[in-house]
Amino acid sequence: MAAIRTFVPRETAAVSVGADEIAVEIARVAKARGASIELIRNGSWGATWLEPLVEVEVDGKRIAYGNVTAADVADMFSAGFLEGGKHARRIGLVTEIPYLIDQDRWTFFRCGLIDPLSIDSFRRHKGFDAIEKAFEMGAKAVIEAVADAGLRGRGGAGFPTGIKWRTVADASADQKYIACNADDGDSSTFSDRLLMEGDPCCLIEGMLIAGFAVAASKGYIYLRSEYPLTRLILARALDNARESGWLGENIQGSGFDFDIELHLGAGSYVCGEETAMLESLEGKAGIVRYKPPLPTHEGLFGKPTVINNVVTLASVPNIINLGSERYASLGVNRSKGTLAFQLAGNIKRGGLVEKAFGITLRELIDDWGGGTASGRPVKAVQVGGQLGAYIPAEQLDTPLDYEAFVEIGAMIGHGGIVVFDDTV
Amino acid sequence: MTTIGYDKDAADNIIDEFGARPEMLVQILQAFVQRFAWIPEEAIRHLAEKLNRSRADVHGVVSYYHDFRTRPPGKHVVRICQAEACQSMGSRSLTEHASNSLGVDMHDTKNDITLEPVYCLGNCACSPAIMIDNKTYGRVSHERFDQLVGAMRQSD
Ligand SMILES: Cc1cc2nc3c(=O)[nH]c(=O)nc-3n(C[C@H](O)[C@H](O)[C@H](O)COP(=O)(O)O)c2cc1C
Ligand code: SF4
Ligand code: FES
Repeated sequence: MAAIRTFVPRETAAVSVGADEIAVEIARVAKARGASIELIRNGSWGATWLEPLVEVEVDGKRIAYGNVTAADVADMFSAGFLEGGKHARRIGLVTEIPYLIDQDRWTFFRCGLIDPLSIDSFRRHKGFDAIEKAFEMGAKAVIEAVADAGLRGRGGAGFPTGIKWRTVADASADQKYIACNADDGDSSTFSDRLLMEGDPCCLIEGMLIAGFAVAASKGYIYLRSEYPLTRLILARALDNARESGWLGENIQGSGFDFDIELHLGAGSYVCGEETAMLESLEGKAGIVRYKPPLPTHEGLFGKPTVINNVVTLASVPNIINLGSERYASLGVNRSKGTLAFQLAGNIKRGGLVEKAFGITLRELIDDWGGGTASGRPVKAVQVGGQLGAYIPAEQLDTPLDYEAFVEIGAMIGHGGIVVFDDTV
Repeated sequence: MTTIGYDKDAADNIIDEFGARPEMLVQILQAFVQRFAWIPEEAIRHLAEKLNRSRADVHGVVSYYHDFRTRPPGKHVVRICQAEACQSMGSRSLTEHASNSLGVDMHDTKNDITLEPVYCLGNCACSPAIMIDNKTYGRVSHERFDQLVGAMRQSD
């Protein structure tokens, strides 16, 4: 009989509440019972309030058990966990968890689904299809697709990504760079981390496409040092990509060379600002540079550089796969596509919710978040990290749209939403 | 003079791993912190020499970044998140509890423990969050904090 596939996330939040201990316990109990299992350490689906969320695959369907503890495992096995048996922790099919079904998963569609450290698993779910398609389309058409999609930078400023790429593509230089901002510096945000831990190759693919589009042969990922597990996963994913010919010279026989170096930050918030990040990547103190020149003209080591946030880059592969019209049909006004909102703070169901722009804070907080964890009324909501604003309960019906937020004196930033009740 | 904990050969190996590239200074210092826990004066001299950068230059970089401690930390480093999501779930009271139960003030080292603030561990949906010796923990009630500290002490 084939081994039964079980899934235990290896993701910072899940691990922070016991996922590693659960994985050890599942392996131990399975062995003691003589059951043959395959234990896969997936990323998180983003329903963080249910973590640790453990799954078992039965007849090709994945059944979820939520808020599992190591102490539950033996009992779950006795209740027939490997056949998806009834147990107090059993939720049902993972794909039918309401929190997850009602999302617009454009960028995070593989998070939770795949084994982040398996190139095969990534390939089976469209992985690297987009870069292959990009090679066929040619650099110019790729940039047009990103521009037509209306994709704007997810790092906070919302600058149109297509324009940035076009500027770097048009610059002539012997060397150009792609620098990925993975500082995840807005406090109370974690979408970059969730993507890098759950689907690191999606970021790698986004950087490959950017590199191909602007003719850059080298990329950097600047990761904050507070994420040791992310670093481990990302470093392995980069090695895997290199070993299987998706990074390095003459990628898959295309004639395109591209490699990525992983750099760590060192606990400076300022280094999330793009020019300070460049200084840090050059081995210096992270002091903000005067602009101009813009990094698109004189960036890293004085060369033309595309600087993009993790989620910006990771949104690109599906724009190439599914087309810019599909992306642009999501969202409202000049805020196209989806944003990965992060619900945190005093909220019942915290986690990641990827939705098209135009949804309101109230919908996110009530329909997904389930209100405050304390059960008390919401007093204020912070959006956009420490550079953002506190939004009073009366303004929760403002649609999430970059321009509409500017009108109420706020900013969406990286999509972090922190709820406070009336006791603070 | 040799500084306790600083091993010049190990340091040389780390520098060579990065190809002694001057632009890798931040990365090398990060690797030093992981290996030696802090950056002694001797390391600064050593790096300046090997990377062909001035000592003042290396000093400037070391003093700029929070991660590059110039004093040895305790055997264990306990960091408590003070950013917004954790605050909304009681990180202030957790900090007080930690400080009282460990007998260490914030930013201080005592009884082998360094207690520090941190501004977001990316674990905001499991707040309040803390980090003990490079491992992140979430949903940390006062009781869970005491258990985690107990386990940390047992590992000594
Ligand atoms: C103080 C400060 C901190 C910032 N921190 C981050 C960060 O952590 N991550 C990020 O992607 N962008 C951050 N930004 C925005 C970057 O400067 C830059 O606009 C962004 O990385 C560009 O990528 P994008 O166009 O894909 O958004 C920060 C900006 C400022 C002023
Ligand atoms: S408050 Fe603490 S963490 Fe912030 S700069 Fe001062 S010492 Fe560093
Ligand atoms: S706010 Fe504490 S982990 Fe993010």
